[in-house]
Amino acid sequence: MNQNEHDRLKRLLQDALPPIETDPEPNRDLWPEMLRKLDERPAAVPWFDWALLGGLVGMAAFFPASIPLLLYYL
Amino acid sequence: MLRVASDGSETLDKFRRGDIDAFETLFRQHQRAVYGWILRIVRDSAAAEDLTIETFWRLHVAHARFDPARGFEAWARRIATHAAFDWLRRRQPESAMPEQFFAELPTSAAANPAVCDEIRRKTALAFGRLPPRLRIAAILAVVEERPQKEVAEALGISVAAVKLRVFRALRLLRKDLQQQGITP
Repeated sequence: MNQNEHDRLKRLLQDALPPIETDPEPNRDLWPEMLRKLDERPAAVPWFDWALLGGLVGMAAFFPASIPLLLYYL
Repeated sequence: MLRVASDGSETLDKFRRGDIDAFETLFRQHQRAVYGWILRIVRDSAAAEDLTIETFWRLHVAHARFDPARGFEAWARRIATHAAFDWLRRRQPESAMPEQFFAELPTSAAANPAVCDEIRRKTALAFGRLPPRLRIAAILAVVEERPQKEVAEALGISVAAVKLRVFRALRLLRKDLQQQGITP
C-alpha cells in the first residue's frame, strides 16, 4: 500500500468515524456505581496465592511428615 | 486525553497504600479522561461508562503494584485499553458498531461532502469487522491521530508493532471495501 492509498483510507475512515476532539463527560456521575462495585466485589486473591496454597496442601498430602515442619514455620 | 495531574505524589502514594479517599480523588480527576479514551475505542457511550468503572476497579485491585515513577495516566490508559479490548473481543463482529453509533456521533466538521452516507456506513461496518487488536491500533493511531508511542504504551507493544497493526488493519479494510465495490 503506497502513501496515497494510506492517506485516502485515513480520510475515508475519519469521515466514517469522526475523531473525538475533546474528552466528553460521562452522562452520569460514575462514582456512586464505583462505590457499589467496591462494596460488592471483594478484592480477588492473586493466582500465585492459590498456587502456593495448593502446593502446601499437596505437600502435606504426599509427605505427611512435613506437616510439623510447616506448622513450625506458620 | 489523559493529562498529568499537578497534585503529585502524596495522593498517588496514599492510593498505592490502599487509601480509598485517595482513590476517589484519582477517580474524580481522571474519570473523564479514561471515559474519553475508552469511548474513542468502543464508540458506545453506555459501554464506555461501564468500562470506565471496570477500569478503575482493576486499578483499585492492582493498587499495590502501582509504580508512581511510571505515572498514573499511562497506567490507567493501559488498563483502560485492555478493558476495551476485552469488551471488543466479546462482541460479535456484526454488532461491533451499534446502530446508535451512527446517530450519536456527529459527522466530522471536515467530512468530505463527496463521500455519501452509505459509503461512510459501509466503511464503519467494515472497520467493525476487523480483529479487535488491529481495530484498536488503527482507531487510535489513524482516526484519533494519537502519537504512536502513546498507542504502543497503551497496548503494551512496540512502536514497530503498532505500525504493523495499522498497516494490516488498513490493508484488510481496503480489501473488505473493494469486495463491496468501494474503491478507496
